Amino acid sequence: MDLTINGSRHNVDLPDDMPLLWALRDGLNITSVKYGCGIAQCGACTVHIDGEAVRSCQVALADVWGEITTIEGLGTPDALHALQAAWIDHQVAQCGYCQSGQIMQAADLLARNPKPTDEDIDAAMSGNLCRCGTYPRIRAAVHSAARAMQEV
Amino acid sequence: MSRLGTYTRRGFLVGSVAVAGGVVFGVRTYNARLENPLTAGLAPGEAALTPYVKITADGITIITPRAEMGQGIHTTLASLVAEELDVELNQIGIEHGPPSSAYFNGGVVEEGYPFPTTDNGAVAEFARAQRDIPAVFLGYQITGGSTSTHDAYVKMRRAGAVARETLKAAAAARTGLPAMQLTTEAGAVVLPDKTRIPYTDLAAEAAATDLADVPELRPRGAWRILGKSQDRLDVVDKTTGRAIYASDIRLPGMRFGALRRSPHLGGSLRGFDASDALEMPGVDAVLDVGTGVVAVARDTWTAMRALDVVSYDWAPPTYPTNTAGHFEAIAAAFNPDQLDSRQRDEGNVEAALANATTIEGEYRAPYLAHATMEPMSAAALMQDGALQIWAGTQGPTVARREAALAAGIPEDSVTISTTLLGGAFGRRGEMDFVQIAARVAVQMQGTPVLLTYPREEDTSRGPYRPAAIGRFRATVADGVPVAVDISTASPSIMAGIDARGGAPAPIPGFLPDFTLAQALWDQPYGIENYRVSGYKSEPLLSVGFWRSVGASQNSFFHECMMDELALAADRDPVEMRLALMTDAPSRAVLEAVAEMAGWGSAPATGRARGVAFALAFGVPTAQIVEIEQTDSGIMVRDVWIAADVGVALDPRNLDAQLISGVNYGLSAAIGEEITLTDSAVDQSNFHDYPVLRMYQAPRIHTRILENQRHIRGIGEPGTPAVAPALANAVFALTGERLRELPLGKNVRFA
Ligand code: FES
Ligand code: FES
Repeated sequence: MDLTINGSRHNVDLPDDMPLLWALRDGLNITSVKYGCGIAQCGACTVHIDGEAVRSCQVALADVWGEITTIEGLGTPDALHALQAAWIDHQVAQCGYCQSGQIMQAADLLARNPKPTDEDIDAAMSGNLCRCGTYPRIRAAVHSAARAMQEV
Repeated sequence: MSRLGTYTRRGFLVGSVAVAGGVVFGVRTYNARLENPLTAGLAPGEAALTPYVKITADGITIITPRAEMGQGIHTTLASLVAEELDVELNQIGIEHGPPSSAYFNGGVVEEGYPFPTTDNGAVAEFARAQRDIPAVFLGYQITGGSTSTHDAYVKMRRAGAVARETLKAAAAARTGLPAMQLTTEAGAVVLPDKTRIPYTDLAAEAAATDLADVPELRPRGAWRILGKSQDRLDVVDKTTGRAIYASDIRLPGMRFGALRRSPHLGGSLRGFDASDALEMPGVDAVLDVGTGVVAVARDTWTAMRALDVVSYDWAPPTYPTNTAGHFEAIAAAFNPDQLDSRQRDEGNVEAALANATTIEGEYRAPYLAHATMEPMSAAALMQDGALQIWAGTQGPTVARREAALAAGIPEDSVTISTTLLGGAFGRRGEMDFVQIAARVAVQMQGTPVLLTYPREEDTSRGPYRPAAIGRFRATVADGVPVAVDISTASPSIMAGIDARGGAPAPIPGFLPDFTLAQALWDQPYGIENYRVSGYKSEPLLSVGFWRSVGASQNSFFHECMMDELALAADRDPVEMRLALMTDAPSRAVLEAVAEMAGWGSAPATGRARGVAFALAFGVPTAQIVEIEQTDSGIMVRDVWIAADVGVALDPRNLDAQLISGVNYGLSAAIGEEITLTDSAVDQSNFHDYPVLRMYQAPRIHTRILENQRHIRGIGEPGTPAVAPALANAVFALTGERLRELPLGKNVRFA
């Protein structure tokens, strides 16, 4: 099966019904995509398919309908995405385990709603758990990134 | 140089501590135990100047030997060394380093002392000065109890200072200039003519130079790094998907394991049939790991599915079959035979209560899961008699011992690499994932295996925060409590830890469990007749350290009681506490939080506030919670929190930790609970173990004070007071006194 991930093509020989999460993590060693629950309750596994945030634990490999973006495809230390820059500015991460999923979810939000209110952020982000309780800083960072992206 | 000289200098880190505390006896033996674990791994021309500073031609590495579980400790520890070493944080690399008793944590021992942390008397201070001696003998390299910062505060600055002076000595020898004429700045020795010799250039010579004596540490006014907010050293990696946790270890030829243990916690496996599982494509093996079964496969998903088709024969449990039975056993512990400790007994409580009108209450707190975001995991490889384990552990020295025991090999054949931790909250001080990974590795010789606990296994098998009951009887007169008799009962954390292999050293059974009445007996209130008792129930579910430990239930008991007493005394709850407090820093945090929240003015219509105070882990902390009744239930709107850490090393990180501690406690107070039916835990994943989500997270306003005498850590102190403050706010809003956690059982939250 062919997958396009962050712009490059990968061939994987794995069962059709395997969740994308495990194909990425164990098949392709893309470990920025995290396992938290496996049942669409935590958002740690969030990636984009054709620009839309999805829970990769819920997408069977055979059903992948487009190009996959993981956090590495969003930005790198040398070329940070505005959200990552805001995340660093606000020093959001604590243990950091949830943060790839949080940022991918926030990127989806800003793509659809460039000026979200607190309520919009709560609504979009409440499927992403953070046990370190970084929620207030996530909220602040999403607002900062939204402002920065407007200015460009 | 004489042998004795070498000896003293190698041991300088602790030797000087012991001398400062007035202990000269035994210094030699004590020092002799402290090898520098970095020396073994050095190539020619590389220097390990103390166990914390490694310099090679390529760069400067600071060893930060505590578990980074989100609390920012790597950055704070590196800052302590960098401040004195005269390097900038962007010039260094950090490494967790190998397990070693050189990295003992003296702070952990102190937490068990029978002195309240507010006691600055001579005996208490003497005991604190001695704390490093037992810690180093026992090899406590532990991250927990919010102890890392105060343990490292002097030790790691000294390491930086000694390394700096040693580099200067090396530069002096090279240039023929007196060391006194040399200065240091940004990773270089600077000569009088402004020529800079980078430290990396001096590595080989410094390695051959005797360690300098410990110079005087710089006063706070001269700090460049400490006391100011720093960017976390791990923040870029954690924002770009590059941070590596144990679950992310990948090795050539790696296979993936998933675990299933008995639904009867701690119960044994009588047998299992894996024939169906072994037929599944991609499944390599189904292994007996003593307490359960690990399926090993091409990928974790296949391993998890394989576990579902194994048939298991689990032995029945020895504990009561349902939640009510557990609380009955805990309630039955309130009797003289099960008294574990009575660390406070002032005045004559019996007499004072005998003929008085009393107020009584019973409070309950449930078992709680830690629910770290990263489920338990570890990678392991056994090859040619050597075992390597990669794990996010809070106790690497204990992990090495436990891995060796589980694998049946000597300890020096085991290597532990400590990765980043995807949350811990006490859970990763347990050794189960290390022991099981070792047993897997032994059976899969030559094949690296990553072991992952399915979330269901992580949630439903413990160990948990103990379930507990608090009871009080009290009486008030003239606006103040005059007699308080308060008790707590729960299963004992310390009693179970030996059997699970989590303790650094055997814990004598005759000692009271210091966690049991933690933050109940040592609260800084002056009440004429005041008695605090801890009762140990029979062993029930296995219980362990959960962020803030005993304080997580005991503050709820104590501070809801204070609210009840203020009501009975017809006093404002802030004002009554202030009147009773015997410790100035404690009073100051309560005054601060009242001012921050505008306690004197009434909240807006539909809103109400509650207050609570806790002295836990040496940090006085006060919180006010404001809630609002909405159509969809109660919303927590604002939390104000003030805490005194003595010295604030990194203000923005302290703010982050207080926010984290509050949200963790709030999550549990609103909705978390582990219950049992038919001897098995009812909860398995986040759908039935609901934790705090973004829309429920309040605004949190923090303030750090620096009035107290000792520097303290902040990982846990934010947690205890939020549950009672919330319960007291619910009382203010609804008039209903909720005495059971989670509060969401009896009132609806949005
Ligand atoms: S792992 Fe996919 S939502 Fe939790
Ligand atoms: S940063 Fe630890 S779970 Fe979010």
